[in-house]
Amino acid sequence: MTRSQKIEEKFFKLLMILATYFILAILAIIIYSIFEKGIKSISWEMLTQVPHGGYYYGKGGGILNAILGSLALAFGATLLAFIIGMPVALYLNVFLIRHKKVIAIIRFLLDLVWGIPSIVYGAFGFSLMIFFGLQTSLLAGILTVTLFILPIMIRSMDEILCTVPIGLQEAAYSLGSNKSEIAFKIFTRQSFSGIITAVLLSFGRGIGDAAAVLFTAGYTDHLPNGLLEPVATLPLSIFFQLSSPVPEVQNRAYASALVLTLIILIVSLFSRGVGKRYHKTKINF
Amino acid sequence: MYLLNRTQRHTVNSTWMIISLLLVALLPFLLFIGLYLKSVLLLHDYSVIDLIFSKTWRPSAGQFGFYPFIIGSIWVTLVAMLITAPVCLLTAIYVTQYTKKYFLRIMHPAIDILAGIPSVVYGLWGILVIVPFISRYLGPWMGIKTMGYSILAAAFVLSIMIIPFVLNILIEIFRAIPVELKEATLSLGATQWQTIKHVLVKKALPGIIAAFGFGLARAFGETMAVLMVVGNVVRLPKSVFDPGYTLPALIANNYGEMLSIPRYDAALMFAALLLLAVSLFFNLVMHFFIVRYNKY
Repeated sequence: MTRSQKIEEKFFKLLMILATYFILAILAIIIYSIFEKGIKSISWEMLTQVPHGGYYYGKGGGILNAILGSLALAFGATLLAFIIGMPVALYLNVFLIRHKKVIAIIRFLLDLVWGIPSIVYGAFGFSLMIFFGLQTSLLAGILTVTLFILPIMIRSMDEILCTVPIGLQEAAYSLGSNKSEIAFKIFTRQSFSGIITAVLLSFGRGIGDAAAVLFTAGYTDHLPNGLLEPVATLPLSIFFQLSSPVPEVQNRAYASALVLTLIILIVSLFSRGVGKRYHKTKINF
Repeated sequence: MYLLNRTQRHTVNSTWMIISLLLVALLPFLLFIGLYLKSVLLLHDYSVIDLIFSKTWRPSAGQFGFYPFIIGSIWVTLVAMLITAPVCLLTAIYVTQYTKKYFLRIMHPAIDILAGIPSVVYGLWGILVIVPFISRYLGPWMGIKTMGYSILAAAFVLSIMIIPFVLNILIEIFRAIPVELKEATLSLGATQWQTIKHVLVKKALPGIIAAFGFGLARAFGETMAVLMVVGNVVRLPKSVFDPGYTLPALIANNYGEMLSIPRYDAALMFAALLLLAVSLFFNLVMHFFIVRYNKY
């Protein structure tokens, strides 16, 4: 090996180390700046009260409307996406297991849908809403976010379900089960932790996205009360507070961002924990 | 205990599965048709070429030129990729070839957290950190007067947002390369870096291109974070320090007034349709790169 080759290798290795630590450093900076700014202005009042009159000019109140609104919206959307998404993932891996071509086409379609930006779902949800004569409401928001997280949910369940060994299926058939029993009683138990992870991942996506709910969920200073009423969401609340010229309101935006980040970090930690815990019903091969 | 017997339950379950499956499989087509029907009003009066290449945007006067927005989106996306691509490639090679297994176990949660942070929070971080950095340090240092709200700020924030996405694909691609290939090359006397440069990267090339393509498509459609730091000025940007305007930001900023001006809503739906078309096209093309990669 010549000297120039040695220098080249050293040089690139240095670049690689720099790139890797660049990513870790950026993550640390993001987390640090959100926490540092947020902790200063977060208060009990912010978490437990709705905005009072003149909230956006610096008067009292909090963001409880947005916190509850976001949770309601994300819960609703996750539930709906689960009801539609889990059967699809199971169908792919139990009913269509012998039709590799069909599976490939559906996975391909799902990947396509996954790549579509959320603002497009927002615009589509908006035109659906107009079409059905709905107003901006929790329901419209839930439907839009459902469409948006559906491919995420199905694809991540699919990743887990396709690792279930074929032998398990054959054993169940030989004992007289039919296909839907295999799907709902055996596959769901075998991949329980993976399914929970998929659900939590979709929940995190749903609660953090603003572009899809911008058109459809509306915004309100009241607590969510009913499917057909507009509802406030945390990302939009951050956005609106940040656009205010009053520094005090901007500080509240930082606190709201901290709340949203914390919710997502907790969900993500939880999904890691669940994966480790639920091994009881799983058969190891 | 059950309302229905086994066979009936089977029928109900499998019917529901097929309905769900159809819904999901039809979703991309539904999206396309829905948005097309909404923008057809605009397409009646203007040709697509005119809309894409005309430079004036004055909805109240009936002039809908999307050119500045398209150019703005392309600038932001390409500059973001210029940052993301080398960082991700180098990191993916480093964590798969040079480090021990435990390092990946540190990297994976880090990537997950980066991927989980919502785009509004990225935008807020951009306003807090990147915008002041550009207006106070980078701009004056380069001798340029800038507000900070610029193409560069948006591109930087965007590049961080797509890092987890691209990096995940790249790591998977490098891990899928059979270890025998590496062993054979090393046994012939090549150094580790030579192996990486001449064998691994060459083998992974279609996959690497696909990863960058997926990242590009993702970056093109990102809305909130870009909207918050790009400046939102309808003008053709001359340098990366100029403010700009992107297609998703256009849609998100104007949804409130779109029903008050004739054909405005159709114009915004057309913008969404453009985004959808770009996203579908990129994902389609990159999919074939991935398929090719898997064949080798």
